[in-house]
Amino acid sequence: MTSADGASRWAVEARGLGKCFRRRRAVQDFSVRIPAGAVCGLVGPNGAGKSTLLGMAARIIRPTEGSLRIFGSPVDDPAGLADTAFLAQDKPLFPQFTVEETLRLGRELNPRWDQEAAERIVRSGKLPLGARVGSLSGGQRARVALALAFGKRPRLLLLDEPMAELDPLAAHEIGGLLLAEAAEQGTTVVMSSHRLADVATMCDHLVAVAGGRVRLAGETDELLAAHRLVTGVHLTEGVPAEIARHTVVESRTTGRQLTALIRPHGPVEGDWKTVEPSLEEVLLGYMRSPAAPPLLTAAARVDGPHDQEAAGSHGQEQEDEEVTA
Amino acid sequence: MVEFRIDRQSGMAAYLQIVQQVQEALRMGILAAGDQLPTAARVAAVTKLNPNTTLKAYRELEHLGLVEARPGVGTFVSTSPARPRTLADSPLRGELADWMGRARREGLDWTDVSALITAARAEHYPAV
Repeated sequence: MTSADGASRWAVEARGLGKCFRRRRAVQDFSVRIPAGAVCGLVGPNGAGKSTLLGMAARIIRPTEGSLRIFGSPVDDPAGLADTAFLAQDKPLFPQFTVEETLRLGRELNPRWDQEAAERIVRSGKLPLGARVGSLSGGQRARVALALAFGKRPRLLLLDEPMAELDPLAAHEIGGLLLAEAAEQGTTVVMSSHRLADVATMCDHLVAVAGGRVRLAGETDELLAAHRLVTGVHLTEGVPAEIARHTVVESRTTGRQLTALIRPHGPVEGDWKTVEPSLEEVLLGYMRSPAAPPLLTAAARVDGPHDQEAAGSHGQEQEDEEVTA
Repeated sequence: MVEFRIDRQSGMAAYLQIVQQVQEALRMGILAAGDQLPTAARVAAVTKLNPNTTLKAYRELEHLGLVEARPGVGTFVSTSPARPRTLADSPLRGELADWMGRARREGLDWTDVSALITAARAEHYPAV
């Protein structure tokens, strides 16, 4: 994650970022950072603010509050234009253009264009260069769109639901292509997705949003390891004391059974079955419980003005969180 | 060369699945000394697995002495004649097998055993 050339090690750094559309606050008080080189999943329910966040990073939407830095430079710095590529969910391409003409457009418009990479991506899908984009299948169009995005050689690639609407085979191919190219070029990727199973294996970092606010952010492994799913018999009203002493994200009872998603502070005492939850269980727990306190790992947290230096320590939770269980 | 298969339902961390599959491939002779492991980008393309996860698995295998990273070239199965100890013939494995047998005789089921292992692991390896 550290960069030798002294460039920012944070691909994205948001501080108190907010966006108001007329009366609606789409994003508010959003402070998070994403390290360079990460493949970061952006998850959350519809209307949570994912597309607004991507739009702000892609300079399509102007923030109304706070600051947003891309590789250390303000997002509105024109010098950063070539560094970022954005692929909208509908993957807008000119349907009348052939694949070859689409790549030529990319070449004419982008100073750092990498024709070899773009052609490699197109060819690996056995796409005929002469085919019109409008005649291609969804998976093929997604491939052309990715060729255009990677041909730009962006340092940061922003993708809004890259695999939605693709059939399982196409989604698998496009997902694999995306990760392989990102690894090859060292691209930082931020992708929104509703496919939680994909996010779990594709993304090493995660930002979960709900109601325009950050709910979870940090390394996927670390976020998972900070949670436990406990189940047991409950005989009294409310959450039992031995569970309540941990941070309870969500708890529910079914008959005499209590199930709780917790962030343990020390071992869970008593007769409780404790398992490590899946990513889906953690995410759903937070989505259903808007009042649960957010969790940001040390790497994702933006605190104070001197964070550039202070961020080195990994495996450290928010100051009120001590994970030992 | 091997190809990895990631079972997303198994509940086992993906990097451990790769560690296990390399060990198995070594035992079965699918991989031999000097063979190259697929690059993280190749594994990503085939299995949609995050490249850092593959690299984490390779670091673990390197730590076990089973593979060597040659910077800028790739990761290769170790050629050192003194075959380093693998997890498979470690005495720890035997002790764990004995323990499992006892747990089973005492009526613990699969999930009891998993819960105990998870709890013990969390106790001894906080936030790996």
